[in-house]
Amino acid sequence: MQRVTKTLKAALHSFAFLLSCMTAAAAADPASTGTNVFAPQSTPARSILHLSTFVMAITGIIFVVVFTLLVYSISKFRAKSANANSEPAQVYGSTQIELAWTIIPVLIVVVLFMATARVIHAMQDAPEPTNALEVTVVGHQFWWEYRYPKFGVVTANELHVPVSDPAHPTPTFLQLLSADTDHSFWIPELAGKTDLVPNHPNRMWMDPEHTGVFVGQCAQYCGTQHAKMLLRVSVDTPEDFEQWIREQHQPAVADERVTAGRRVFETTACINCHAVNGTVANGRFGPDLTHLMSRTTIAAGAALNTPENLSLWIKNPEAIKRGSLMPAMQLSQSDLEALVGYLETLR
Amino acid sequence: MSSNAITIPGVQVEGKSWLETLHEWVTTVDHKRLGILYIIYGLGFLVIGGVEALIIRVQLMHSHNDFVTPQVFNRMFTMHGTTMIFFMVMPVLFGFANYLVPLMIGARDMAFPRLNAFSFWLTAFGGLLLYFSFLGGSGLYGAGNAPDVGWWAYAPLGARAFSPGHSTDYWTLSLLVSGLGSIGTAINIIATVLCMRGPGMKLGRMPLLVWLYLVMGGMVLIAITPLSAAQIMLLVDRYLGGHFFDTQAGGSAVLWMHFFWIFGHPEVYVLVIPAFGFASEIIPVFSRKPIFGYPIMVAATVAIGFVSLSVWAHHMFTVGMNSYANSFFAITTMAVGIPTGIKIFNWIGTMWGGRIQFKVPMLFCIGFLFQFLIAGLTGIIQASVPVDWQLSLSYFVVAHFHYVIVGGILFATFAAFYYWYPKVTGRMLSENLGKWHFWLFVIGFHMTFDVMHIPGLLGMPRRIYTYEPGRGWDTLNLIVSIGAFIQAVAIVVFVWNLVISYIKGAKAGNDPWDAWTLEWSTSSPPPAYNFATVPMVGSRRPLWDLKHPEDPDSQYE
Repeated sequence: MQRVTKTLKAALHSFAFLLSCMTAAAAADPASTGTNVFAPQSTPARSILHLSTFVMAITGIIFVVVFTLLVYSISKFRAKSANANSEPAQVYGSTQIELAWTIIPVLIVVVLFMATARVIHAMQDAPEPTNALEVTVVGHQFWWEYRYPKFGVVTANELHVPVSDPAHPTPTFLQLLSADTDHSFWIPELAGKTDLVPNHPNRMWMDPEHTGVFVGQCAQYCGTQHAKMLLRVSVDTPEDFEQWIREQHQPAVADERVTAGRRVFETTACINCHAVNGTVANGRFGPDLTHLMSRTTIAAGAALNTPENLSLWIKNPEAIKRGSLMPAMQLSQSDLEALVGYLETLR
Repeated sequence: MSSNAITIPGVQVEGKSWLETLHEWVTTVDHKRLGILYIIYGLGFLVIGGVEALIIRVQLMHSHNDFVTPQVFNRMFTMHGTTMIFFMVMPVLFGFANYLVPLMIGARDMAFPRLNAFSFWLTAFGGLLLYFSFLGGSGLYGAGNAPDVGWWAYAPLGARAFSPGHSTDYWTLSLLVSGLGSIGTAINIIATVLCMRGPGMKLGRMPLLVWLYLVMGGMVLIAITPLSAAQIMLLVDRYLGGHFFDTQAGGSAVLWMHFFWIFGHPEVYVLVIPAFGFASEIIPVFSRKPIFGYPIMVAATVAIGFVSLSVWAHHMFTVGMNSYANSFFAITTMAVGIPTGIKIFNWIGTMWGGRIQFKVPMLFCIGFLFQFLIAGLTGIIQASVPVDWQLSLSYFVVAHFHYVIVGGILFATFAAFYYWYPKVTGRMLSENLGKWHFWLFVIGFHMTFDVMHIPGLLGMPRRIYTYEPGRGWDTLNLIVSIGAFIQAVAIVVFVWNLVISYIKGAKAGNDPWDAWTLEWSTSSPPPAYNFATVPMVGSRRPLWDLKHPEDPDSQYE
């Protein structure tokens, strides 16, 4: 008995250790809040966690019961040398017992299903309040395009949404589209994932309760660089969000000092794929660069947005994100420097 | 019994050249030889698929690792999945069906021996076609060899716009060809079970394994057909200007998903039902008791067969089906757990009150029971749709289905290897090496697949060739990778055991386990005609009746 208690204690300790490891892991990166499904910061993620806890508790109990039966029968009914030469009583079955272990699982399934159906309905059929922010998300091979139809803002890779006060929720509703293959939008701490499927618009919503940067990444295999199609959601205070929208509305900065770089940009293949508002550049295959410098990262989160990385990205994208659809631009060193200088002004 | 080998005077057995032997094996229509060919073929692909898994695990050992390029990584997981499902587990299970079903029902061969050989060679060439893509896949485009679209090849990734060259064509054709082979074998199994049973072998007296193969055969017919149809449609899209799945021209990506998963989920049960069959034969023999609740076990299997045809879209909870569809597939998925649970209880009921002998086949069966229990429960967790919105497409799912396929199916198949190897070769596998194999594999398995659940809960998606540091995934992935190598060592021990025991193993005799089904009544290995006199069967355990004439089963059934 004592041995059993000891083993149980050890098991509990290791479980507690595991949990603390997981929490520590989630807190390790100060720049972001982690991707732990056990640390919900928004209603959908929290409802899912509550349901998960319930389902895991029930399956946990089933596990303990069946596991105990299994271990008991293995240890109790092992052949001993005393009886090895005779056969045990031959039992063929029992209708009562079979009925019992049919009916109990049926009841468990009914309970689990009710709990599940309730949350499915609450999440999927949630009406969209009039004050909700609408954002259209378009998945591309290997980056994210965000459109704010109400504000006429187009940006890429870093989504900005206002924080939602639980007392007066201002949720964000995402319309999910795809330009090419399937993708999936997954910020574990804000909501479960929903796929972006071409010709099949989807919808999801979230109402983040805290400001900060929430991370995640594309969860549906979409091609070579599926791994570096990272997601960053910046949850801003309402004031910061309005300020951000105002800045995004500004036309692109036209700085006299970087005319040379601008000429490089507008006379090479850059403009086939990239757009800068108010210039001839209106390509839509790549991220909108009008306010490139307002973003922390480039290449869908694959690198920090520094002049060095920008320069490397233009010169040799393979060094940062092998297999991305950005071509190496083959510019002379002076053109490259001028171009990076121009991009640096796109605030 | 009267069915030992008979010597035919004047037949020269000695002195065949290797060319004659090879010719005999290639042209054979004997169900036992075809069974062995299937199994050896599957074992070869186990090693190849295993090497691919190791490449994946080395790449993921730590964040931003640079062992292979993303292109190679994507090919590796595509080839690993396709290989293991279609060219490892399926052939091995078909091999056991071929070998055991006629022996267990008192038949001299399968119903259609030539169809049997044809099906095997279709499957065999299917696998070679897939691997030929490494040489021929890039075509004239230099587009890279070997398919890299994932084993589901979700549309529109398989379209020519996203998958130039011929790698996807090799994938499509190989599944089409081997799928036809599977359909042939399934027809053969069904016809054999229904028409070839020996005297007294009523349906209700068949060994459970035979019953389960009958259900499996029916499911193969239903499941492989839509897959083959989808592959043909994909070929039409790629070369004849069709737009079934071509989303750029208004085709439907979701249609492909439905086609794929209405194959894909029954397929899981196609694979696991024979594994249930192995456990249902082996656990009673080593517990020295008949299977508990035989009729319920049959009914539960048939129930699983039917219900599992209506669960496929639980792979698609994140695709954006409406709430009613999601609820429907949630309840069907949970419901399939009921007959599965009944089976687990019946296996425990079989052991209960028995005298359990812990020989290697039984060890693997106990591993199977324990791991399949966990796999089933994590399956129930993911059947809860909103929970799946978090867990789907993450490493939690990867851990879950490897628990099913490795922890469940592969463990039961290893048990089958240790149990029937003496019948097939006439020699016992080494118990000692078997225990090394078992314990190494158990340790490696749990290191890999227990730990693998956690990165999924921490937000790690599947099919990524690398990941960002600082997410808390590094240490966990390292443990997972080390476990994978321990499993590889265990497989080496297993293969070594297969080889060395063939040469040096103890002679098995007809019935080394003191078992009860018909295959143990004939010599090991059985002669080409299986039984000199086809035995008369009076109960579910004909050999028990023979060994215990004072208390035969036929009194109770």
